[in-house]
Amino acid sequence: MMKLQKADYIKMYSFMLKIRRFEERAAQLYGMGKIGGFCHLYIGQEAVVVGILMTIDKNDSVVTTYRDHGHMIARGLDPKRIMAELTGREDGYSAGKGGSMHMFSKENNFYGGHGIVGAQVPIGTGIAFTHKYNGEKNICRTYIGDGAMNNGQVFEAFNLAALWKLPVLYIIENNKYGMGTSVDRAAAGLDLYKRGEAFGIPGEKVDGMNVFSVIEAADKAGKYVREGNGPYIIEVQTYRYRGHSMSDPAKYRTKEELDNYKQTDPIEIVKAEILKKKIATNDEIEKINKDTLEEIKNAAEFAINSPFPKDSELYTDVYL
Amino acid sequence: MSTEILMPALSPTMTEGNLSKWLIKKGDTVKAGDLIAEIETDKATMEVEAVDEGVVLDLLFKEGEANIPVNKAIAIIGDPNEKVEVKKEAPVEKVIEEKKIEKNIETKIETKQDDIIDTTSPKIEEDTNLSSEEITMRQALRDTMAEEMRKDNKVFVLGEEVAEYQGAYKVTQGLLQEFGKERVLDTPISEHGFTGLAVGAAFKGLRPILEFMTFNFSMQAIDHIINSAAKTLYMSGGQINCPIVFRGPNGAAAQVAAQHSQDFSSWYSQVPGLKVIAPSTPYNAKGLLRSAISDPNPVIFLENEILYGLKGPVNNDVNFSIPIGKANIEKEGKDLTIVTYSIMLQKSKEAALKLKEEYNLDAEIIDLQTLRPLDIEKILDSVKKTNRLITVEESWPFGSVGSEIANIVQRDAFDYLDSPVIKVNSADVPMPYSLSLEKLYLPQVDDIINAAKKVSYIK
Ligand SMILES: Cc1ncc(C[n+]2csc(CCOP(=O)(O)OP(=O)(O)O)c2C)c(N)n1
Ligand SMILES: [Mg+2]
Repeated sequence: MMKLQKADYIKMYSFMLKIRRFEERAAQLYGMGKIGGFCHLYIGQEAVVVGILMTIDKNDSVVTTYRDHGHMIARGLDPKRIMAELTGREDGYSAGKGGSMHMFSKENNFYGGHGIVGAQVPIGTGIAFTHKYNGEKNICRTYIGDGAMNNGQVFEAFNLAALWKLPVLYIIENNKYGMGTSVDRAAAGLDLYKRGEAFGIPGEKVDGMNVFSVIEAADKAGKYVREGNGPYIIEVQTYRYRGHSMSDPAKYRTKEELDNYKQTDPIEIVKAEILKKKIATNDEIEKINKDTLEEIKNAAEFAINSPFPKDSELYTDVYL
Repeated sequence: MSTEILMPALSPTMTEGNLSKWLIKKGDTVKAGDLIAEIETDKATMEVEAVDEGVVLDLLFKEGEANIPVNKAIAIIGDPNEKVEVKKEAPVEKVIEEKKIEKNIETKIETKQDDIIDTTSPKIEEDTNLSSEEITMRQALRDTMAEEMRKDNKVFVLGEEVAEYQGAYKVTQGLLQEFGKERVLDTPISEHGFTGLAVGAAFKGLRPILEFMTFNFSMQAIDHIINSAAKTLYMSGGQINCPIVFRGPNGAAAQVAAQHSQDFSSWYSQVPGLKVIAPSTPYNAKGLLRSAISDPNPVIFLENEILYGLKGPVNNDVNFSIPIGKANIEKEGKDLTIVTYSIMLQKSKEAALKLKEEYNLDAEIIDLQTLRPLDIEKILDSVKKTNRLITVEESWPFGSVGSEIANIVQRDAFDYLDSPVIKVNSADVPMPYSLSLEKLYLPQVDDIINAAKKVSYIK
């Protein structure tokens, strides 16, 4: 297991908190009509992306689904510009043309933000192909929902990745539901991490509410992939506190189930660890809380004051 | 008896070949299966076997000779005692010639008359069996599915979130409760797989209603829709039909951006073997969905998310249907014709009101209802009366349903037109997310008015 420095603990806590506050603010703006369309929140799943992020190289690539706000924040992208995309403004990462589900930052090797379930999996595999092709030591992290694990192209991608020993780390974010359908109603065989077995892809299941478990698994898997052994699958057991998207009342699950997961809140776990290890005092934690709130508030402010795209933008970016 | 050995076509695209090597010589005896020559095609060099037996009487080309047309005699085998006469001109280049002919014919798109049931579309104004209560389009669709499921237990529903969740847009509300989980099935997010499965079930005699959460996701299943559902009747020489309805919302919703806001009406309308329907009101949704479910062919049923909440009266007779292939004259008029379908009917009606008020233009509105087969007759009749035509639809402009209508009208009613046909479509770009750009992208009432003014030469 990689050695975590004191600063790492603070970094993890700050990032997870930043994601949480961001999502809460996005929900508020959605309610105000400042954000439209579909908007999928990451609350509850923060430890997944932050844990993975602790083990990566800056030149590694990433590709994920429409549930992407947290992924971008963890990648170190500017919450102001993420929020501005959600409000459909000029300063957004996609200049207001992509919206919540379709955000990209090539500069940061962040290849989306994909709205079509499963599509990101072959794409991530192709990005990994490029790393290998170019002789780079980098890997591509490709996130997959539990629901997406029943989409055929996923298995075509697995086969290709294994066949060509591509440096791709598949991370299944198993948050127990694909929209209103629980995993057991959609998947025959609940061990999603074993679905690469037939292709010879090693897989592992991890507690995704605990960032330390995620880091440990990601570290091991990342090394395996980076050393040229081919793909690896991590299935992270996590939970989304909110509905599938803003418009989902999530009636298909019980309040007890939700409350149960909240008992193991990923942010609280890190906080407790920080206090226990005396890495920071309560006051210092409070300061982070306050600063984070402030930062996100400013981001929202920025996002609703950024101008709408110019009309002429309708016709740009169709071709290069 | 002698036999000619002809230059074989060794690939579907090969029209001529090079004789790279003879493996036999004059006087040899060949048996079926013996290698006789090496032929170089457009793709590879291949060996050719004899299929007939005899003595090689003559080799008509030398090794290395190039560009020998397919089906030209290259050798003659037979009985050595027989006198051989070599034909000067080798037979037929049939394959190639046929292709040429095909290209020169203008393909007329016309539905065989007997494909369309000879009835007209019932008119809501004249319907004596109209409900006093107004219901939503959502409910009209739901009720019709339930009615057909009650009549025929071969009808079943499958799709994502259609059962326990009651439909992502609540169109299948209550179906699970009434018909149970054998007939209302939640699928995993496996569009390609469950579409293929439903097509297989339809081949074998069931009548699936397959809901795409939205038609955007039908792209994952496009192969089975086009290659399996639409073509198998033809490929099986009429043996295997595919009675299936693919339904779900199509077109733009609200701010869901490029991957979730697309209109596929012209894509599907291009495909022989599919029927394509796009209802615009609860009334016609009901009548058309019934026809779709009863139809022995694959039907693409394009709903619209924004229209789900639209209310109106319906005909509650469980046998009420609207024939496929019949347009509805939504409003009669004399000055110009507006041909439209689905959600754009609403905007066209709004535009027509303003055209009357502000420009004293009396527009006739045709609601297509079915896009394939197209009700060409009604469109032509109207254009012959008004002499001006605009088409209004949400799809992209290139090769849209309006493009085909414009083509037909210029072909069959050229002399009646007083102005070029004008199409109103969405912008020729992917759908943007931002609210302001989204509005610009979609056809608006003003765009329709401007087109109407233009065909009427009003500044
Ligand atoms: C091909 C396709 N089918 C259906 C949808 C609609 N849809 C969007 S998200 C979703 C559920 C995905 O669940 P999961 O993969 O578990 O990811 P999660 O939302 O839980 O992160 C569905 C069905 C889609 N976007 N793409
Ligand atoms: Mg999920």
